This record gives sequence, structure tokens and C-alpha cells, in this order.
Amino acid sequence: MAGFSMRPCGDFRTSYRQDTRIFDTTFVRYAAVCGVVATALMPFVLDGYYVNLFIQISYFAIAALGLNILVGFTGQISLGHAAFFGFGAFASAWINTHTGIPVLLSIPLAGLLTAAVGLLFGLPAARIKGLYLAIATLAAQFILEDFFARADWFTGGSSGAAANPINVFGYEVLDDFSFFYVCLFFLVIMYVLGSNLMRSRDGRAFVAVRDHYLSAEIMGINLTKYRLLSFAVSSFYAGIGGAIYGHYLGYVSAEGFTILLSIQFLGMIIIGGLGSVKGALMGTVFMVLLPEVMETGVSALSVFDWANSTAVTDGLAYIKEMAIGLAIILFLIFEPDGLSHRWQQIRAYWKLYPFSY
Amino acid sequence: MTSPEPILSINDVSLVFGGVRALSDVSFSVQKGELFSIIGPNGAGKTSMLNCISGRYHPTTGGVHFKGQNVTGMKPNARAELGIGRTFQNLALFGHMSVLDNIMVGRHHLLKNNFFTGALYWFSGAQNEELEHRKFCEDVIDFLEISHIRKATAGTLSYGLRKRVELARAVALRPDLILLDEPMAGMNLEEKEDMARFIIDLNEEWGMTVVMIEHDMGVVMDISSRVMVLDFGRKIAAGLPAEVMANAHVKKAYLGEEDDEDDSVSGKVA
Repeated sequence: MAGFSMRPCGDFRTSYRQDTRIFDTTFVRYAAVCGVVATALMPFVLDGYYVNLFIQISYFAIAALGLNILVGFTGQISLGHAAFFGFGAFASAWINTHTGIPVLLSIPLAGLLTAAVGLLFGLPAARIKGLYLAIATLAAQFILEDFFARADWFTGGSSGAAANPINVFGYEVLDDFSFFYVCLFFLVIMYVLGSNLMRSRDGRAFVAVRDHYLSAEIMGINLTKYRLLSFAVSSFYAGIGGAIYGHYLGYVSAEGFTILLSIQFLGMIIIGGLGSVKGALMGTVFMVLLPEVMETGVSALSVFDWANSTAVTDGLAYIKEMAIGLAIILFLIFEPDGLSHRWQQIRAYWKLYPFSY
Repeated sequence: MTSPEPILSINDVSLVFGGVRALSDVSFSVQKGELFSIIGPNGAGKTSMLNCISGRYHPTTGGVHFKGQNVTGMKPNARAELGIGRTFQNLALFGHMSVLDNIMVGRHHLLKNNFFTGALYWFSGAQNEELEHRKFCEDVIDFLEISHIRKATAGTLSYGLRKRVELARAVALRPDLILLDEPMAGMNLEEKEDMARFIIDLNEEWGMTVVMIEHDMGVVMDISSRVMVLDFGRKIAAGLPAEVMANAHVKKAYLGEEDDEDDSVSGKVA
């Protein structure tokens, strides 16, 4: 019923085509387009610090959407997402360096390669669910981490691998300013593809498998196929995100892709909202910005004399970490459905304001 | 019952769980266009029988043939593609999806788009295909009179409506054989009447063969073309509703009446 009360007055749908749009009202659709345009203009106005933050958000958000497809939409769990993210980074660097395929092409190819690896490590999902699957994916995390450290030919082993900068039609993307647009391009494409997937046949099948796998099977959905497919799609996204990350840093080393990052990915989608495309983006923004906001808050304290003593400055670093943890815990308690759900409620509130009934 | 090839035939199906015999050598066949009811006391094996047909369980011995094809070892999703749809006794909707999406899931095996063409939506023809099937789903929605809730989240609906959405989802499969597990359980009289009307329409207008489990004797006797009675996993009677009602075994097993006529004549409470 919520769908109806959210409709603004006079915005009618007269065809099924209108009824299946990604953005459900005209206003929201234009707002989204304006949002993308405004983001595209951002580097002209804001300084490099914010541009860098946006780039971080982009590659993490792409990978987080992948994890949300697996965890939020299909109801499986993965503790190895960071390993797939890392595999994408190494794969793209390797493809580009060893075959000379331009980076813009090697990124999707790395995505495909990661999808294949994800499919392989997703095989246990054909038989097991829940906590057992979590442990099986944990194995993927450690096996891949070990692989990164040992496979010299692929990853450069402990010394890491160099990733060439992106080359667009002969123009080398070296600075953050131009890389920003590469990120924006991939971010928009991947999120549009994700939204489309979720409103077509296989996206519905994912959700059906999550909500009631027995009746999904009776409805003609091949459970094994969709459980594995979900792993493949999820890893594809992780691979794309990782590849962008690798080419952004210009250097990929195995240390960055630990279980901690996997947990952070899970944090992003839980905070953003499980089973929501925009939730993955919101959660990533939250997780990337939270430490920065904390940092700003802590440095604002330095105007006080007491805050400049060694004991306090040492302690503040820990307090910052703890505050991030606290924020996440508070979120889970007060907003278990995530930011996207809160966003829906805010929208509903303003739609009806000042008559709340 | 003389038409040559039954749409569904069950041959000596037994189902054993450890030491429990849920079904013992049950055989029956259903002709195309029939409205076939299975009745029996609780624990008689009715739902187990339905599970053997839809593929949830595989019979320990015996075979299930659908449209002349042996489907005994087939997985449920393969059977759905062959044209077997079903509803569940305990509601099994996709709780977080909208009613419309639930019904669209029923179109799964008829849709051609996949994760790749689906993601490319506008450029791959997936959109047109989705909209085409949406039209069919809207027909089902109109038929089952649930258009007012098509956008509601399935998990928030009342019991009677959920049962109806579940039926809609099974109908969207466009099955040749639809299995209904207690479609009227927990409904009030008005809802039961609606549901009975839908089942008759499905049978007569949509041309679906119906196999139904139902406890409401009034409904079963009114709308079924044939009835089979199970008790402790055995088939104890089958035939026209009137014949089955008159069967002494059935009375004893299911309706709980005493064999001895004198009891009822003398008005003694058994």
C-alpha cells in the first residue's frame, strides 16, 4: 500500500512501462539526473580532498552493491568479498601489463575473471547455507590472500604489482580530477545495470530464493543455478570495484584485502540497507565519511589546551575508532533496516507534511 | 473416466521416512480437465502425496507420470516447466516482495531474459518481454480480484488475501495441472465461496486440471468431479463424491461414525 501513498498528486501512471521505472516518480527521476550532473560538476567547485573521497566511495560502492546482491537480495553470506575485490585489482593490472589490453577494457575483463573465481568459491553454496556458508566463504578469503602472497607471476608476490594508469583514447588519466570522471562513469553504469537486474527475471529469482527457497523451486527456479549465479554477479561487481581501486593507486599489494575489509563491506550494506540498490551506495558513503567526520571533530577539539596534551592526543585516536564502532552499533539498534529505509520514511513524512494521516 | 491417456498417473507410490510409512502403494490417475480432491484425516499422507507429485519428495518406490512422461526423479523446478503448479498449506509467499512481483515470479520459466539481458533492460528487449508478461499477470490479478493490493508487500497481507495471492502465483505459471493444498483452510464462509468460485473457473474456463486437498466436506462434495480418500497412507476409497460419502470405510476413518447402525438409531452418543 505504501506505493500508493507515496505518489504525488497528479503524477499518474498510464502504462506498465511507467510503472516499472527505476525511479518511481517524475520528480525523483529528475532529482537523480540532477544529482549525477551536480556530482559531475563537483571537482570544479570542491578541492582535491573531496574528489579523493568520492573516488573512494565509487570503487567501494560498486563492490558493496555486489555484496548486497549476494547477501541482501539472495540471502547468502560471504566473508570473502575483500578477497574478490583484491583479485579484481590484481587481475586488471595483470591483464593490462601482460597483454597490453587497454585499462578501460581490462577492468571489465578483470570483472569477468573475478566472477569465474567467485563462481568457483561459491560452489559450496549449492549445498550449504547460513553460518556454514559463511565459514566456507571465509576459506575463500584466506585461500585467495595466500594466493596473492605466493603467486609471484600474477601478483608480484610480497612486492606487489604495478597497475598502469587508465588511458582514454590516448589521454592518460593521471590526476584525481580526471579519474573522478572515470569513477563516476563506472559508478553510474554499474548501479543502472544493478537496478535493471533487480527489476527483471533473474533479480526476482534472487529475491525469491532468499524469501522462500522451497516455493521458489516449485515456481520453476533452479536453486543451485541462482545461488551460484549470485556469487558470480557479486564477484563481478567486486572485481570491477577492485580493478578501479588498483588503477587508481597505481600499485596493488596483497596487504589491503584482509578479512577486515570484508567485514567493512558487510558493514556498508547492513548500514545502507540489505536488499536495496541505493542502500549499498548510502552505506558506503556513510562508512567512508564517518572516519573523516570523526577526524574533523577530533581536530576541532585541538583549540582547547587540554586536548593538546600527549595523553589526550594518543587517546583520541582510539576514541575515534571506538566512536566509529559505537555509531555502527547505534545504527543497528535504532535503524536495523538501514539508511534506505530511513530515507523512505523521510520521504513519506514530507509527502504528507503537515497532515501526517 | 474412459478417456485414454490420463494427465497424471500415480503407480504404487510408497514413501518411507525411517520407520514411518507416509504412503503405502497408492495408485490413482487424474484425467485432463478433472477436479480431483484428496481427503482424509490429519496425518493421512495427503500433503506427502502432493509433494510426490510436485517433486518436493521422491517416492521410495513407485512412479509418477505426468502427460505420459515419467517425472519420478525430476526436480521441482523441472516439473514446473512441464506444467505442474501448486500452492502450499502453510503460506509460502515471498514475504518481502510485492504481490505483483510474487506473481511475476510465476512467469519465471516462460520469460527468456537472463541476468545479462535483464541488466541491459532497454537494449536487449527484456523490457518489452517483462511488460508483455506483466499484462498476463494483470489478467490473473483481475481474475482473482486482488487488483487493489497489487503493490502491497505480500508479508503484510491478511491470511485470506495471502492464500489468494498464492493461488495467483501458481496460476501465473499457466500450469496444466494445479495442486492446491487446503486452499480454504482458515477462511470464513464468504472467502470460501470466493475461493470455490475461483477454483471452478480455473477448472472450467482456464482449462486447468485441479488436484485439491481440502477438509471442508461441503466444498469437496459440491465441486469435485472425483474424490480419493487416504487413511494412514493407504487409499481406502475413490470415486464420485456421492459414492465416497456412502462408503462405510470412509465414514469410519474420516467422519468418525460408528459401524453399528443401532447407535445412531437409538441416539446414543458414541
